[in-house]
Amino acid sequence: MSIERIIERCEALYGDLDLSYVREFKKEHHVKAIGFMPVYVPREIIHAAGMLPVGLMGAGSALEIIKGDSYFQSYICHIPRSTLDLGLNNRLDPIDGFLFPAICDVIRNLSGMWKILFKDKYVKYIDFPQNFKEGIGGDFYRSEIKELFDDISALSGHSPSPGELNSSIEKYNENRRALGRLYALRAEKPNLVPTHELYLLLRASNVMEVTEHTSLIDEYLAKVVRKVRPIRDNIKVVLTGAFCEQPPLTLIRAIETSGCQIVEDDWVLGARFILGDVEITDDPVKALSDAYLKNTVRTASKFEDDGEKGRFLVEQVRRLGAEGVIFAAPSFCDPALLERPMLQDVLNKEKIPYTSFQYSENTGQFDVMKEQTGTFADSIKLWGE
Amino acid sequence: MMGKTAHTEIQKEASMVLQKEMIGNHFKLLSQAKAQGKKVVYTFVPGNLNELIRSFGMLPVHPEINALQSAMRKLSGGYILEAEKYGHSEDVCTYVKCDIGMLKMGNIGPLGEKLPPPDLLLLSYTGCFTFMKWFEILRKEYNCPTVMLHIPYQSDGKVTPSMLKYVVNQLREEVVPALEKVSGVKYDESKLQTMLESSARTENDLVYIWETGKNKPSPIDAYFGGVYYIGPIFTAFRGLPECEEYYKQLRAEVDFRVENKLGPMTPEGILKKEKYRLVVEGPPNWTSFREFWKMFYDEGAVVVSSSYVRVGGIYENGFRHDPKRPFETQAEYCFGCYTNLNLPMRISLLEKSIVDYEADGFLINSIKSCNSFSAGQLLILRELESRTHIAGGFIESDLVDPRYFGAANIKNRLESYFQMIDANRGLKTSPSKR
Repeated sequence: MSIERIIERCEALYGDLDLSYVREFKKEHHVKAIGFMPVYVPREIIHAAGMLPVGLMGAGSALEIIKGDSYFQSYICHIPRSTLDLGLNNRLDPIDGFLFPAICDVIRNLSGMWKILFKDKYVKYIDFPQNFKEGIGGDFYRSEIKELFDDISALSGHSPSPGELNSSIEKYNENRRALGRLYALRAEKPNLVPTHELYLLLRASNVMEVTEHTSLIDEYLAKVVRKVRPIRDNIKVVLTGAFCEQPPLTLIRAIETSGCQIVEDDWVLGARFILGDVEITDDPVKALSDAYLKNTVRTASKFEDDGEKGRFLVEQVRRLGAEGVIFAAPSFCDPALLERPMLQDVLNKEKIPYTSFQYSENTGQFDVMKEQTGTFADSIKLWGE
Repeated sequence: MMGKTAHTEIQKEASMVLQKEMIGNHFKLLSQAKAQGKKVVYTFVPGNLNELIRSFGMLPVHPEINALQSAMRKLSGGYILEAEKYGHSEDVCTYVKCDIGMLKMGNIGPLGEKLPPPDLLLLSYTGCFTFMKWFEILRKEYNCPTVMLHIPYQSDGKVTPSMLKYVVNQLREEVVPALEKVSGVKYDESKLQTMLESSARTENDLVYIWETGKNKPSPIDAYFGGVYYIGPIFTAFRGLPECEEYYKQLRAEVDFRVENKLGPMTPEGILKKEKYRLVVEGPPNWTSFREFWKMFYDEGAVVVSSSYVRVGGIYENGFRHDPKRPFETQAEYCFGCYTNLNLPMRISLLEKSIVDYEADGFLINSIKSCNSFSAGQLLILRELESRTHIAGGFIESDLVDPRYFGAANIKNRLESYFQMIDANRGLKTSPSKR
């Protein structure tokens, strides 16, 4: 496939609110599908049980919300209303079970709403430990994983062996490595990997079977390194705050064309939540738990009590030679917005410039944000160190 | 029970005066804490471990109580603006911004005494995600030791053995060692048990008081009056003798009203005629608390039961602190706080209240900056209407941001709602008879 064809395919998946891929995959492979909300769930377990994990991220700007709005006050973020709208309009019918990870109070309460409104579906809230000690938080998390494992096994009719779980772990390890290569190439040669292409490739991981997705990334990488694309005089930025409700694709393109080259971001974060590989051991459940406890990104849904708030972000900036940070958070997103002043304070101390705005997944007007990021880029080009 | 005072003077019961003294003394102790070598712990109301903190001789500070007290004294608006100057979004919890603003403006507490900085931040992460970020912000501000107690959510309507073990492990291996280290005092289980025994007695009294709301007329308002009734037990006093004294006093006052078939005390005296019996979901507005309350008692509306007064613990289901199982009982207490219950549990609890208390209606006060309460409330409304066949009311306001209290709009909605209850009367029997 050509690069253009790969991206077209990913964009079609991105815009397919009826989950055609999932419907066809289920039909072809006679399997069930498990949907999950942001940020992270251990997809390896779902995969090992022979089911298709499906990331659910609302409806973007492609849906006029009617039913979903009637369940939420105006001051609740947008992702639960569009997700609920999809559910109430039967567009999530191919999903047999729903996972709601602990990320914020809205997603938490949405899990209870789902239990009431979709009584025939499996619904589980995954409470990730905020204590990261092996004998305390790890002990609890292993029992959460075990419960998920048992539920998923019962739902699929197949209880995977440790070997099968390890095989799935390896497939997701490969996928994260492939995504790592994609991100590394973008950081090194931003002109070769436009962010909107990277984003669409990343979004495809929400629905696509993992090995197929890994192959797709590799195919893209193999083609794109040979491509000649113009080098632009853009500044390098890290974008943060978009780990749950996603910005519309048009907004991502607008940021790029305003003169900002994004070299790191936190969208679709679940696909890159674990840093490095999950170990292949005789106890794969413990390996998944250990990876969560010891080796994940720092993001707002996790508690940080070590006084190192902001260090992860600063390190990203320094490592990738970024010249600034864009704080892009969804409106009414408590985790991102409460986190923001703390991170900005750290950036101030490190003399790293930043700019901030809020969006919602169905934002339709980008001029102001584009003007803002464009001015930010200009100011760095003119006066940056 | 009431003094013969002019109509414009705020009417207060002896228990309210007693509570005011207790709070005043506590803030005074806090202001002298550093000079007297007392250690101070900042913690939250839901899932608070007051007995444990007190058993180490430490003094608790509750940031959200400071925020609501500031709001009642008309200080919160300025504090919130101050926090927004530091980059805090308009969209987030106003308790947090009020607290941060107060800190940035000198940390003068709501009673005018300077609050001491914390020696320890004890984050009981119970039923509210924002708590976690709030304490990260405070940790950054104070750079002091922090200990987290993560309470898993009752997502499946139950506490599993693994959830209980997780919390007990945190208490034993994280919280107690942190308290020992900061206080310099060794953990004393018998001291803790004595306090837990006291808590159980107080909890009996509190349940007794809530249950009196089933009388007609109800001798209590379980929302506007209720926020006073929960003051001592949900904050710095549970487990202490003065807390038991307060509830004895309150119980006597309520008993007096039951015996004399009197309605609840309002700021303008005893309510003369109970016209509407309501169940309310959601926190109150604090910036215009009296004005808000007046909208109810002027219409003869009494809140016979409310979910907000369960935010720091639910006792009607039989839970009492059990001194024989000090760690497990503290964990179970935390699990049971209202916002740590899943939505189906919350709906069942409200439905039961509507039926048991023979309510004419139920009302949701949806709070802009409290997603923990608010997300899902429109489904709660639909479900309760469907289950009880009673039409619900829905109003919106905020905790401590005066910009989000639209008095005229709320009053209009309430008046329309009361008219609707009137119109429906005669068409329906009470829920208990169905």
